[in-house]
Amino acid sequence: MAEIKLKDLTKVYGNGFKAVKSINLDIKDQEFMVLVGPSGCGKSTVLRMIAGLEEITSGELYIGGELMNDVDPRDRNIAMVFQNYALYPHMSVYENMAFGLKLQKVDKNEIKQRIHDAAKALDIETQLEKKPKLLSGGQRQRVALGRAIVRKPRVFLMDEPLSNLDAKLRVQMRAELIRLHDELKTTFVYVTHDQTEAMTMGTRICVLKDGEIKQVASPAQIYNKPDNLFVAGFIGSPQMNFYRGNLIKEGDTYFLLGENGVHGKFKFPVEKVAAQMLNPYLDKQIILGARPEHMILTQGEGLRAEVMVTELLGSEIHIHAYVQNEIHTVKIEAPTSIKAGDIITLLPESNHIHLFDPDSELSIV
Amino acid sequence: MKKAIKTSTLLKIIIILYLFIILFPFLWVSLTSFRPESDIWSSNALNLKGMRFTDDNYAKLFKTTIFNSLKNSLIISSITTVYVTLIASLAAYSIARLKFKFKKLLTVVILATSMFPQMIVVGPIYRIFVNLGWTNSYYISLPYSMLTLPVAVFILITHFSQIPREMEESAIMDGSSKINTFFKIILPLAAPGIFTSAIMTFIGAWNEFLLSLTLNTDEMWRTATVSISFLRGQFEIFWGQVTAATVIVTIPTLIIVILFQKQIVSGITSGALKE
Repeated sequence: MAEIKLKDLTKVYGNGFKAVKSINLDIKDQEFMVLVGPSGCGKSTVLRMIAGLEEITSGELYIGGELMNDVDPRDRNIAMVFQNYALYPHMSVYENMAFGLKLQKVDKNEIKQRIHDAAKALDIETQLEKKPKLLSGGQRQRVALGRAIVRKPRVFLMDEPLSNLDAKLRVQMRAELIRLHDELKTTFVYVTHDQTEAMTMGTRICVLKDGEIKQVASPAQIYNKPDNLFVAGFIGSPQMNFYRGNLIKEGDTYFLLGENGVHGKFKFPVEKVAAQMLNPYLDKQIILGARPEHMILTQGEGLRAEVMVTELLGSEIHIHAYVQNEIHTVKIEAPTSIKAGDIITLLPESNHIHLFDPDSELSIV
Repeated sequence: MKKAIKTSTLLKIIIILYLFIILFPFLWVSLTSFRPESDIWSSNALNLKGMRFTDDNYAKLFKTTIFNSLKNSLIISSITTVYVTLIASLAAYSIARLKFKFKKLLTVVILATSMFPQMIVVGPIYRIFVNLGWTNSYYISLPYSMLTLPVAVFILITHFSQIPREMEESAIMDGSSKINTFFKIILPLAAPGIFTSAIMTFIGAWNEFLLSLTLNTDEMWRTATVSISFLRGQFEIFWGQVTAATVIVTIPTLIIVILFQKQIVSGITSGALKE
């Protein structure tokens, strides 16, 4: 059992910079937890504190129920995969993988067995005698994974392990990591700035910003019910569209009434939101968010915008339209006759909208 | 195009001239070592065509204690190389990687020690050695570090800081202790730098004169460089033997440099540029 518990974990660097601000997080046994956030959000620092490579300024870290604050990294039984692989260049692939096991005084035959099993699983059996510099980026990545696997650690830590690979290989390794997690049944903590990796791999995602946790939830929940404006904007590609306006009520229906420069005002219907949640915001400012796939083109009322670019992605098209220097994106099915310079009218699907308080930036629903 | 060719020819001429100036003394010494003593200062000295060859100087030289001196030089230089390289690598690693107070100051002090004129420190070192009874011994290796350690430390700092930090962190996560990581991961990766600093240390110690002259005064403890200066009678200097000895003493360093010139050059220059 290797659940990880972070209790009020804080990191303050020597220069006074607060990288991690009193974080609380429970990572369950065998979970694939992805820490995601923009650069400088403290995700790597959290990972390095779990590893023991970074001292904990205050707070407590438990792995498998034991307090780890002052335990030496090498006694934590954790494996880590680094962004630049950190393979030992003067050792062969086999020696790289055997390094940790030899230090643990594992029996020689056992070492051999474990390395061959791992090499087989990772498809690097034929590379064992080679030095790392003779391997391709993808193979090096596998060796780095193999080096971690053979040790049978209770936790795997990964610090942006795929970011040095080309796009195609990254997709392939993503799938392989998911498979590996299913096979090994070990706790994974994975750091990335790539929200696609977070969405596809994580059992749960922890979104960080400025050293604070913004939301921890399953990928589906993070995507469908973001807690706040930041998570809503960070997760999802292309980004969610946001509209500011006043909440008004006409008859029984609520609307968002916003300014649209030369085109006057726009009015979006707001549906399926409980009235008791909305009433406090009546005639006040509110932010409405809608993902590109939940935007529709309409001939009727809506937000008029000028198309700047259309991107064909095969089966779908992304239309980027500008309204007062802000980009709004619509995802539609190909083909389309819309081209740059056209004026289109946008409308969010009223049952797929997100509403946020403009002051606290928290989700209203 | 024409201009480029011209410049390169000019450059070649300059390089050849420069090489000649640099090498001339050694060539002249080598030639002189094969001349009869009587020819060295006579009008015959500049006559290259009609030069008379003799191995007399070498024969006489080999009857002196020169081989004992060479042995002393070899032992002292080797001891110096081993312990200076070891200490320099530990020191350089600490400076390159660890965080501690007064690190900058320490680095400056190390650099400064190499800048003291030797004449200033020879006196105090001599007093200390006399009091400790360390004169005429291999302990002379200790003050040699004053000459060689700073250079070695500086060469190694650049090499250690080039090694990605993740390499060490990875080893530590693999369960390796700090000291094991240093010897198993860091040192092999810094090998070119270690190699360069070891060679520089060896050559520095091999060529040292002043400390050796002052501290190891007994004939049996003289190093080769000092022995050369003692190749003299009451009223004359045996130039034939001096030149022969110079050739002999230069040979080991020459062999080292020729064998390892690639490593030395890459060792000195690496770290200058980001790869």
